[in-house]
Amino acid sequence: MTAFWSWFVAAGTIVFIIWCIWLVSWSAKQGPQGKEDEDLVGHKWDGDLEEWNNPAPKWWLYLYFITIAWAVGYMVVYPGIGAFEGTAGWTSEGQYEQEVQRAEERYAPIYEKFSAMDFDTLVQDEEALALGGSLFASYCTTCHGSDARGAPGYPNLTDGDWQWGDSEDAIIATLTSGRMAVMTPWAQILGSDEAVDNMVRYVQSLSGMVEADAGTMSAQAQFTTFCAACHMPDGTGNQAVGAPNLTDDIWLYGSDADTIRTAIEQGRNGQMPAHGEFLGENRTRILAAYVKSLSQ
Amino acid sequence: MRHEQIEKNVNLMMVLIVIVISIGGLVEIVPLMLSADATEPDEGIAPYSALRLAGRDVYVSEGCYNCHSQMIRPFRSETERYGPFTTAGETVYDRPFQFGSKRTGPDLARVGGRYSDDWHRLHLIDPRALVPQSNMPGYPWLAERQVDPDLITAKMKALKTLGDPYTDEQIAGAAAAVEGKTELDAVVAYLQGLGTNRRLAR
Repeated sequence: MTAFWSWFVAAGTIVFIIWCIWLVSWSAKQGPQGKEDEDLVGHKWDGDLEEWNNPAPKWWLYLYFITIAWAVGYMVVYPGIGAFEGTAGWTSEGQYEQEVQRAEERYAPIYEKFSAMDFDTLVQDEEALALGGSLFASYCTTCHGSDARGAPGYPNLTDGDWQWGDSEDAIIATLTSGRMAVMTPWAQILGSDEAVDNMVRYVQSLSGMVEADAGTMSAQAQFTTFCAACHMPDGTGNQAVGAPNLTDDIWLYGSDADTIRTAIEQGRNGQMPAHGEFLGENRTRILAAYVKSLSQ
Repeated sequence: MRHEQIEKNVNLMMVLIVIVISIGGLVEIVPLMLSADATEPDEGIAPYSALRLAGRDVYVSEGCYNCHSQMIRPFRSETERYGPFTTAGETVYDRPFQFGSKRTGPDLARVGGRYSDDWHRLHLIDPRALVPQSNMPGYPWLAERQVDPDLITAKMKALKTLGDPYTDEQIAGAAAAVEGKTELDAVVAYLQGLGTNRRLAR
């Protein structure tokens, strides 16, 4: 705030308070000092009920003065008169910093205790899991669901199937930096609608959903050429690149032919956003332990 | 002067009421409009790109502010959940700011990058497809409505007149930047940019 605006605000505030004092004092002197008939306001109800032109009652005016005194006291202690900071030195940012610092002091020993534990112990620790559960509720449920069972395109975390791996490092990396699971579109490369259809059925045959036939046999060669790089020749997937296992009955987007066809034709872009900046190291590790515990 | 003279003269009373009320505005509002604290952008804050500007107008016209605030208050309980608290310098290019006053849904001041684009698309069209407990209405028509390129160019020119530092190239390229984009594209681009200038909560 520049000096000009500081003085502008200060002057406006002080003049207004002085004016309020004058106004209340002035209105206290209004009305009849002695009760003469001409001080009746002239209203008449029910034949003989008349109204004196009296000032507001004393207790009422005192309430105004108390309010004004409160305002003056407030202006001295708290910021309000221009750039004057107030004798208490209060700022909203300072109050926030204090609150954060108190929380740090309270929680630091707890986090310290957890960071000394190894990951497997943490996954079993009830206190850590309670903490992890509340972190999960704050940061994860919008995509993975409040029951952690996910939604189409958003992994179920309770099924023991890990797209990117379930080691301490893998889960922490997923939480900290996020993941991009990119499957490129394959419609043009596979060549024809028939080839795509065959590939859909071949993918379904990997988990035994359909029987292998001539069509799936012809798709197998293309699978080995194009798909095996990520999904591996036997279709079991590769956690290093987040390529799902196609031989189990767990499906990220769905197992019906149309959903698989969409994935093959148009590709998929699964994205887990990075949360490291929100969580910080300690809480990321506790959340990772909680996530791991979900499928145990 | 006796009090009857004010109380029985409506015009005089109106003038006096306006004077008394204006003092509050003069002392509290005018300095904020003119002092640098509230009019200088924070580091990393730039005027909205054409697509995000279109998205912001969709946000306003669909009434998102009725249920979503964009104002993280300086309380730990808020910064833990949403990220660093909001500052005046972050909203200098919002006309008007979208602080809001009601949180039926969560605060969106730093929602940028928290979810993927695909998540936003699906969620805007049918929120319950992703969050079964959600009471947010779906906005499927956003995917069908096109952004009007000419309108965006005109809006950016108007904002430049008001002092937003758009360059001539930005205005010239605005129409091309939103060509063929739907309102859904625009609002997702807007949401993904919200609050990304400051991320670190601790």
